[in-house]
Amino acid sequence: IEEHWYLDFFIIEEQSFLLCEDLLYGRMSFRGFNPEVEKLMLHMNAKHKAEEVEDETVELDVSDEEMARRYETLVGTIGKKFARKRDHASYEEDENGDIQPIKAKKMFLKPHD
Amino acid sequence: MAEAVSVAAESFAGGRARGARSVLGQVVLPGEELLLPEQEDAEGPGGAGERPLSLNAGARSRVRVICGPGLRRCGDRLLVTKCGRLRHKEPGGGGGGGGVYWVDSQQKRYVPVKGDHVIGIVTAKSGDIFKVDVGGSEPASLSYLSFEGATKRNRPNVQVGDLIYGQFVVANKDMEPEMVCIDSCGRANGMGVIGQDGLLFKVTLGLIRKLLAPDCEIIQEVGKLYPLEIVFGMNGRIWVKAKTIQQTLILANILEACEHMTSDQRKQIFSRLAES
Repeated sequence: IEEHWYLDFFIIEEQSFLLCEDLLYGRMSFRGFNPEVEKLMLHMNAKHKAEEVEDETVELDVSDEEMARRYETLVGTIGKKFARKRDHASYEEDENGDIQPIKAKKMFLKPHD
Repeated sequence: MAEAVSVAAESFAGGRARGARSVLGQVVLPGEELLLPEQEDAEGPGGAGERPLSLNAGARSRVRVICGPGLRRCGDRLLVTKCGRLRHKEPGGGGGGGGVYWVDSQQKRYVPVKGDHVIGIVTAKSGDIFKVDVGGSEPASLSYLSFEGATKRNRPNVQVGDLIYGQFVVANKDMEPEMVCIDSCGRANGMGVIGQDGLLFKVTLGLIRKLLAPDCEIIQEVGKLYPLEIVFGMNGRIWVKAKTIQQTLILANILEACEHMTSDQRKQIFSRLAES
């Protein structure tokens, strides 16, 4: 695509007919021969005519409140996994009493000579 | 048509460039220069290109003009490179003024253009790339990953000889054209391998555009005949399929012939078909 400012005109050369003429979507089906294509026809042509602006919010599977609640407990749960014994005091037991005793992590001990 | 051509030839021979606005809908010939709207006033009777200085030079409206197919930029004018009727469209968004000018020409030979949806035939499979014949000067390349849901382990089921509906992502005179069968979001949107059976045939590029126009009567009438499916490629190829071979052939014949028929002749044929 060549663009060039010349005096007052900004002239762009474009070889595609898509900008010039509004053409319909290239796949078509009639009288139910191919239902998927018929669905596509509606979708693609509507998108092209109305310039579908997707301002509608996407349907949420999980509501915002539920998400916040889950996240709140999640932070606590993962945090507990990394807490040392001494920090147990800062973690209150929740209703289920889910604090697991922390096992001593077996790490590589360098042999002393 | 003959008068239109002689008028065009006269003004061309006279050496005066015509204004683009005044020529809309008329036949233009290659080599003609067209003036953009603002310049027409400046072209006085002795006009050798001298423009009077405008007093409000600071408030010049900067017009953005798009030269479509059949036109090229030549200085500050448009140079016609194909014969046909000049068309114009105002910009829809209202931003940037000027609009699009193009020449509505006719040709059978397709030149790949970025963004066009075309029907291709797979001619070879080499490594990770399919070679697809699209009717241009060289075959387009199509990577096996450019299909919806394709991964290195999950290869698409594409054989040599299959028909592919895809769009160009790279198409210029310096590089081999490349096409894909997914859009920028990774969805197929109807692109990919076109199913079994059916018939592929070739028509002129102008006919494809005419059939894909939003208010095309031919398509509306065809759709009422019997259940069928059509795929249009901007490279002049059409694939049709109906329930029986005879219906498919009738459909193919109608689409090929409708280029040269008047709307009355077409309506006669459709009514005869509806009766049988």
